[in-house]
Amino acid sequence: MARSGRDPVRVRSAQPRDLGEVIAIDAGITGMRKPEYWGEILQRYGSGRRRQRFFLVAEDASRVEGFAIGEVRDWEYGMPPCGWVFAIGVRPDARLEGIGTRLLEAICQGFRRLGVTQVRTILARDNPLILSFFRSQGMMAAPFIALEKDLEP
Amino acid sequence: MKLQKNTLAALYSVLEFAAHPGEQRSAAGIARQYRISPHHLAKVLRALGRAGLLESVRGVGGGYRFTGNAKRLTLMNVIELFEDINAARRGGRRAARRELEPAGVAPIEVEDAVGVVLAEIDEIAKATFSSITLDTMLKLVARRRR
Repeated sequence: MARSGRDPVRVRSAQPRDLGEVIAIDAGITGMRKPEYWGEILQRYGSGRRRQRFFLVAEDASRVEGFAIGEVRDWEYGMPPCGWVFAIGVRPDARLEGIGTRLLEAICQGFRRLGVTQVRTILARDNPLILSFFRSQGMMAAPFIALEKDLEP
Repeated sequence: MKLQKNTLAALYSVLEFAAHPGEQRSAAGIARQYRISPHHLAKVLRALGRAGLLESVRGVGGGYRFTGNAKRLTLMNVIELFEDINAARRGGRRAARRELEPAGVAPIEVEDAVGVVLAEIDEIAKATFSSITLDTMLKLVARRRR
């Protein structure tokens, strides 16, 4: 869906100055501020530090509206190199304007440039909002099942 | 999760209507296209109408018209009109009679363990149906056509 009546959005690599807004967007979505975690993410993924890693933000004239993080991983779970999207978030008041789609397209374009032909993500199954977003982008169930167990002391 | 015939008929027809928003379509036409008994389909369409997903159009060439929001309605919203998907599952019963079978496993424990696995499958199915909107389904149809 196109953004109507608002500033156009530009997608670019995240910079240190974006961190405060990214932390605020994430805290607004998850209910928890995680400044140390985001500092680390910026170190590892930000500013195009490594060719295979992407930390993107979508901004309009006045503020950062959303972010996305991804990476090309080789032979993870025994599968050929593919792009993984670890996180995507858009300010609640800027949703349904195609910003998430723009971020995902940009990250997929980065994956394509590295010769990757598939993109994957792992999502909480009790979060229909984010599941619906990725479904609406044409993503289907991958040939994996996520498993877990409690570790006994 | 195994869907009943009524539920599948509802999914097919609601997608057929959502693919042609604003157009009225006859129940007989949909019954023919999807090889569903017209009598059966009539009941399904009435249920979809009561749920506010369709409105009936009277008169010559009458039928139904889609009134839902394809970007918001999920497959689960349609399925739960016809299936009791939140019915208590087999799993979760505690093995209260364990002492009755000291040499092996008690039947109730076996039932409980099988129920846990079936409940896990149901949860995955529910999450899948809840995350796919009619709009996403129509995009899937278009992608598979290419």
